[in-house]
Amino acid sequence: MSVFITSLVIWLLLTNFSYSELLAGVIVSIFVALIFRKYHAIRFDWKFLVRFAYYTVVYLPVFIVEMVKANLDVAARVLNPKLPLNPGFVQVKTQLKGDAAKLFLANSITLTPGTLSMDAKGEKLFIHWIDVKTIEDKEKYISKRFERILKGVFE
Amino acid sequence: MIVLFFTLIGIGVILAFIRVIIGPTSPDRVAALDTMNVMLTGLIVVLAYVFNRSIYLDIALVYALLSFLETIVISRYLEGRK
Amino acid sequence: MSANVVIGDILLAIGAFFYFLGGLGILRMPDVYNRLQAGTKATTLGTFSTVLGVGIAKPEFLLKTLIIIAFVALTNPVGSSVLARASYLSGIKPCDCTKVDEYKGGGEE
Repeated sequence: MSVFITSLVIWLLLTNFSYSELLAGVIVSIFVALIFRKYHAIRFDWKFLVRFAYYTVVYLPVFIVEMVKANLDVAARVLNPKLPLNPGFVQVKTQLKGDAAKLFLANSITLTPGTLSMDAKGEKLFIHWIDVKTIEDKEKYISKRFERILKGVFE
Repeated sequence: MIVLFFTLIGIGVILAFIRVIIGPTSPDRVAALDTMNVMLTGLIVVLAYVFNRSIYLDIALVYALLSFLETIVISRYLEGRK
Repeated sequence: MSANVVIGDILLAIGAFFYFLGGLGILRMPDVYNRLQAGTKATTLGTFSTVLGVGIAKPEFLLKTLIIIAFVALTNPVGSSVLARASYLSGIKPCDCTKVDEYKGGGEE
């Protein structure tokens, strides 16, 4: 059911509104929902939507500021003739449980300064870090800021 | 003004394409190709702005979808090959 | 020229500059992981800025450009993560300057 609603909303966003379009969208969404029924990947209720809208307002500014910082960092590294690199692979622990929460955390890590998430196994995330500062207490540099906010959204 | 945007994006695409050609290993090539695809998505959106046709935005969306699928499929293939 | 066209043009210029930086980073970095870092970050912000600039300069395009931004922001990091993992597992060596490697053997205990 939630798959049906999601695909119908996406259909309406992509097309101009008219009744024939709406009918075609309903038919296509029913087919998609029937095909993907056994996966049940998307689950939400109204309370989740309200929390999601609230935390989007909190999360988005943090995310955009981090992304601009990341890009200035990359720009400084690329334009420097000596290419200052100090890369390494590290692992960090996360307390987030759900798959969707981990997906958002990994995406945020990828888009923040100097880190690229590679793999997730259980509660560990593996990360390629372009400038390894320390091998203890890595969570402070990498994932702390986002983890707090995402915990509020998904749990 | 528009010419400046096209010049910058074009130089970026050409640099990425040089990496596609000379890249020593196949993941290098795929990484450069992925970067190039995202750049071309942005370029199609700029074309929609220049020509004032909203249908180009649909093309950009489908192009982004296909390039994402391409990256995922090639990555799975490389991963299984060892 | 009205104000929204000027803002859109400025965003477009920033986005085009970050596209250029992405291409340069792809060309200059020493190994595939660092290349992915530079390429992914620069092109994602470039897409944000360029596409949002088009959406602001032409308000009737705004809804679809927001959809494109959301789509790129979701898929581009996933693609680069999968590619980095695939290249590690298929045995591409990281460059000599790499300091620590806690991912040896694919993260198995």
